[in-house]
Amino acid sequence: MSILSLRNVTKRFGGLVAVNDFGFEVEEHMVLGLIGPNGSGKSTTLNLISGALPLTDGQIMLEGRPISGLPPQDIARLGVARTFQLVRLLPSMTVLENVIAGAVFGHRRRWGPEARAKAEAMLDKVGLSGKGGLRVGQLTYIDTKRVELARVLAGDPKVLLLDEWLAGLNPTELQTGIRLIRALRDEGRTIILVEHVMDAIRSLSDRCVVMASGARIAEGTPKEVLEHPDVIRAYLGDDDA
Amino acid sequence: MMSTTDIRTIAIAAVAIGVCALLPLVDQGYWLSIGVSIAMFTVLATSWALFSGPTHYISLATAAFFGIGTYVTGSFYESVSFWLLLPAAAIVGGLLAGIVGLATLRLSGVYFVIFTLGLAELVRQVITWAQNMTGHRGTYVLLDFGSRSVEEVIYWTLLGLAAIVYLAGWLIGRSRLGFALRIIGDDEEVARHSGINTARAKVLLFMVPGAVAAATGAALAPRYVYIEPALAFTPLLSFQVVIMALLGGAGRLWGPLVGVIPFTLLWEVISATFPNQTTLLLGAAFLVIVYVLPRGFVGLLERARARAGGGA
Ligand SMILES: Nc1ncnc2c1ncn2[C@@H]1O[C@H](COP(=O)(O)OP(=O)(O)OP(=O)(O)O)[C@@H](O)[C@H]1O
Ligand SMILES: [Mg+2]
Repeated sequence: MSILSLRNVTKRFGGLVAVNDFGFEVEEHMVLGLIGPNGSGKSTTLNLISGALPLTDGQIMLEGRPISGLPPQDIARLGVARTFQLVRLLPSMTVLENVIAGAVFGHRRRWGPEARAKAEAMLDKVGLSGKGGLRVGQLTYIDTKRVELARVLAGDPKVLLLDEWLAGLNPTELQTGIRLIRALRDEGRTIILVEHVMDAIRSLSDRCVVMASGARIAEGTPKEVLEHPDVIRAYLGDDDA
Repeated sequence: MMSTTDIRTIAIAAVAIGVCALLPLVDQGYWLSIGVSIAMFTVLATSWALFSGPTHYISLATAAFFGIGTYVTGSFYESVSFWLLLPAAAIVGGLLAGIVGLATLRLSGVYFVIFTLGLAELVRQVITWAQNMTGHRGTYVLLDFGSRSVEEVIYWTLLGLAAIVYLAGWLIGRSRLGFALRIIGDDEEVARHSGINTARAKVLLFMVPGAVAAATGAALAPRYVYIEPALAFTPLLSFQVVIMALLGGAGRLWGPLVGVIPFTLLWEVISATFPNQTTLLLGAAFLVIVYVLPRGFVGLLERARARAGGGA
C-alpha cells in the first residue's frame, strides 16, 4: 500500500486552476521528484498535502486514511512535515530552539532533555554541530535551510516534503546539499522532492512526476521522464531546464 | 526540576512581595492608595503581557473583564463571602475570555483589537440595560473587614494576586504551552505546520488575563463603594494597561512592572495637576512609547547590556 496518495486533486484560485485533476502515489522509502516549469503548481500541490490550503476537489490519503480537509497541525502530527520554498525560521529563537520546536510538537513528541537531545542530534545530522547557540539572523543562507530541515526532521515525520530545498545554493553548497538529501534517502525516508535542479532530480529520485499547468504530463524514472517529448516541450524556452 | 537560579529567583520574588506587604504598616493614606494602584496595574499589565507578549495580539478587553469582576462582587457580596467571590469572578472572566477567544482569535490582529474594544462597550451596555430594567443606576458595595481597613485588605489581596500571576507566568514560560505561544508569535504558519493547535493555545492563554482582570475587578469593588457601568467598564483602564505593559516591555515576565511603577507615579501627578487633560496626555504617552520605545524599558536595557557585552 502506498503511504501517500493524491487522487483527482484540483485547486482553483478564482478562475485560475493551479492544480487540475492531478494525482500520484508515493511508496514508503521512496524519493519522488516533482518537477515542472515555474507556476506549474508544484508548491500548490505541497500546500494541499500539508493542509496549508484547502482542496477544491479530490482526495489525499496518508496510509489509507483521508487527510484532505484536516488543518495543518493535524496533518503534521499524523506525520507529514515540510519545508517552505522561502525558508521560514523562528526569528526570536536560537538555532537550537528552532529545532526543538520541531521535536516538541511534531509527529513524535518529546519534551525537556529528550527534545533537546533530539534537536542536537538533528543539528549534527544536517551539519550544524556547535551552531545551536547562534541567532538565526547570524546564519548563512545554506545554514538557514539546514535549520529548517533539522526542524522538520526533529519530529520524526513519515513523509518529508521539500520545496526547492536546493534552490539558491552556490555550486559547492549544492554538492553539500545533494549529499545531505542522499543521506536522508539512504536512511530510508520517504520524500517528495520539488526541484528545478535536474542533476539533483536525476541522482536523488526513484520516480519522477512532471507537472505542467497543474496537470501531470509524465511519470516514470527520472531518465524516462526527462527524455519524454512532452516534458521537453513543456520546458522548451524555460530558463530553468 | 528546579535549578539553583530558579530557587534564587523564587526566593527573591517572595522576599520582595513580603517587603511590599509591610506598606500598610507604614502608611494608611496617600502611599497606601498609590500602592493599591501600583499593585492593581502590576497584576493587570503582567497578566495582559502573558498573552500579548508572545502573540503580539493587542487586547483592549481588560475593562470588560475587570468590570464584570466588580459586578460579581457588587451583586453577591451580601450573600457570598468576599473570598469566594474572587475565584468566582476569575471563573466567569476566564470563561468569557474563552468564548471571546474562540470567536476572535482566528481573526487577524486588527480585527481582534477592535473586537476587544467593542466587547467592553457591549458588556457595559448590557449591564446598563439590565440595571435600567430593575430601576437601579448603580450598586453599593459596603464591605467591612473588621479591624482592618478596606484599603489595606484590597492591597494585600492584590499582592496575593500578583504572586499568583508571577507564579503562573513563570510556570507557563517553562511549559509546552508557553513554548507554543512563542512559536506562534514568531510565525503562526510554522507553528501550525509543526503540529501546534494554534487556536487552542491562543484561547487557553487568553483565558489567563481574562480571569485575572475579573478577579482584580472583584477585589477592587469595595474600594469604589458605589459602582456603576461607566466607572467599572471605563475604556481608559484597557488603554492604561496596554501602555504600561508596552512601556515596561511585554517580552519579559517582570517587564510590565518596570512600566507600571513610573507610569502610576507620573499619572498621579498628571491627574492632580491637569485633571482635564488626562486623556490627551495618555494618548501622547502612547505615541511616544510606540515610536521611541517599541520594546519598552526592557528592550532598552537589553540593548544597552548587549552593547556593553559586545565592547568588553
Ligand atoms: N495563494 C494563491 N492565490 C492565488 N494564486 C496562487 C496562489 N498560490 C499559487 N497561485 C498560482 O498558482 C499557480 C501555481 O503556483 P505554484 O506556486 O504552485 O507554482 P510552482 O510550480 O511552485 O512554481 P515555482 O517553480 O515558480 O515555485 C501560479 O499561477 C500561481 O500564481
Ligand atoms: Mg514553488
